[in-house]
Amino acid sequence: MKYIDEYRDRELVEKLVRKITSGVSREWNIMEVCGGQTHAIMKYNLLQLLPPEIKLIHGPGCPVCVTPLEQIDQAIHLARMDRIILTSFGDMLRVPGSESDLLSEKAAGGDIRMVYSPLDTLELATSNPGKEVVFFAVGFETTAPAVAMAVREAQKRNLKNFSVLVSHVLVPPALDALLSAPDHQIDAFLAAGHVCAIMGTEEYEALTEKYTLPIVVTGFEPVDILLGISQAIEMLEAQKHGVYNAYSRIVKPLGNLKAKQLLEEVFVPGERTWRGMGAIPNSGLKLRDPYRSYDAARRFRLKNKKPYEAGSCMAGLILTGKKRPAECFSFGTTCTPESPLGAPMVSSEGACAAYYRYYRTSTGQP
Amino acid sequence: MCLAVPGKILTIDRSNPEAGMARVQFGTTIRDISIQWLDDVQVGDYILAHVGTALSKVDEEDAKFTLDALREMGEID
Repeated sequence: MKYIDEYRDRELVEKLVRKITSGVSREWNIMEVCGGQTHAIMKYNLLQLLPPEIKLIHGPGCPVCVTPLEQIDQAIHLARMDRIILTSFGDMLRVPGSESDLLSEKAAGGDIRMVYSPLDTLELATSNPGKEVVFFAVGFETTAPAVAMAVREAQKRNLKNFSVLVSHVLVPPALDALLSAPDHQIDAFLAAGHVCAIMGTEEYEALTEKYTLPIVVTGFEPVDILLGISQAIEMLEAQKHGVYNAYSRIVKPLGNLKAKQLLEEVFVPGERTWRGMGAIPNSGLKLRDPYRSYDAARRFRLKNKKPYEAGSCMAGLILTGKKRPAECFSFGTTCTPESPLGAPMVSSEGACAAYYRYYRTSTGQP
Repeated sequence: MCLAVPGKILTIDRSNPEAGMARVQFGTTIRDISIQWLDDVQVGDYILAHVGTALSKVDEEDAKFTLDALREMGEID
């Protein structure tokens, strides 16, 4: 496929690896923010190709992984109610809540449906006028505008039986939280290319100045990721900071203005709890007043019950890059994708799932 | 979750000016994608699609420039 195959070219990969290897003089820790990048790094075995001085730390960019347990429990509560159709993306269905997960609820008779797009949920609501249709909306800035589009469209169509359980998260406040931890080990970030396709690079300028570290906007194919690493190393070795866009075929400095405008119209940032990381100010999205009637939590008076988190899952340490999946004693033994203890083992973007899938040894090492 | 795929626009329907749609080919799959946030796309252009919406147009010139630069990049001693 065009714009994919060229970026998996072996010759370019080898060339970039040689450039990186010859340009590195000491150890550097680079965090790739997005779980999609983590999976590509594992899939193409980039860890083995890179010189040992470069340590890649896997970041919290897995929306399913950081969705708080309280909200999964709320979704399960909704799915157990009569006359409700709950929809979400496939990844969300298998994440364990306090005592169940959505897929088990579906097996037990709950009307839970996997959708490709939030817009599909509108059609479902239109064709099921006797039921309430709730979309469990997870995702970063990449996904939130499509949900904003669905909410605005529902208002336009005067669709009364549609609502959203909003669980969106924003990347820059989380990066700020990671960097403000005194024990962080991060020397540079590879920023999530598709988040920046919407938001542009402006917000990262403030972060690079505040913490004087390089931030390189990076794509998802092996050549893209190596180009991002190569640029980060070049800046680190030259003791420079700043934002560099290594994904300029997709990301423009201002992002997608129309999508940003829609996001701004429908949502307002607010405090949000990240599973494993705690509450982070302004890192989540809430529906603005004119759209609050579409808030499922409000419509169904959902309460925050105290959740039960399995004590043997160290997802928080994994998501903040402080531990690697293989350092968890449950990895590959009591915790597998078939029977996960925590979200990073479930999601197609979770670091544990990536290690399990591509390095399925007892140690989880390549 | 942020998975987005590049595809080629086959046809465009802007009969509803507030909800522009395009039929887009991804390898052997064809899907209808909202192009509401992109004003300047035409048939034959590539867009990056995510959950049924086009996030951005692939900048062909930019892509070519970067790839050419990488291919021509000299080896370092």
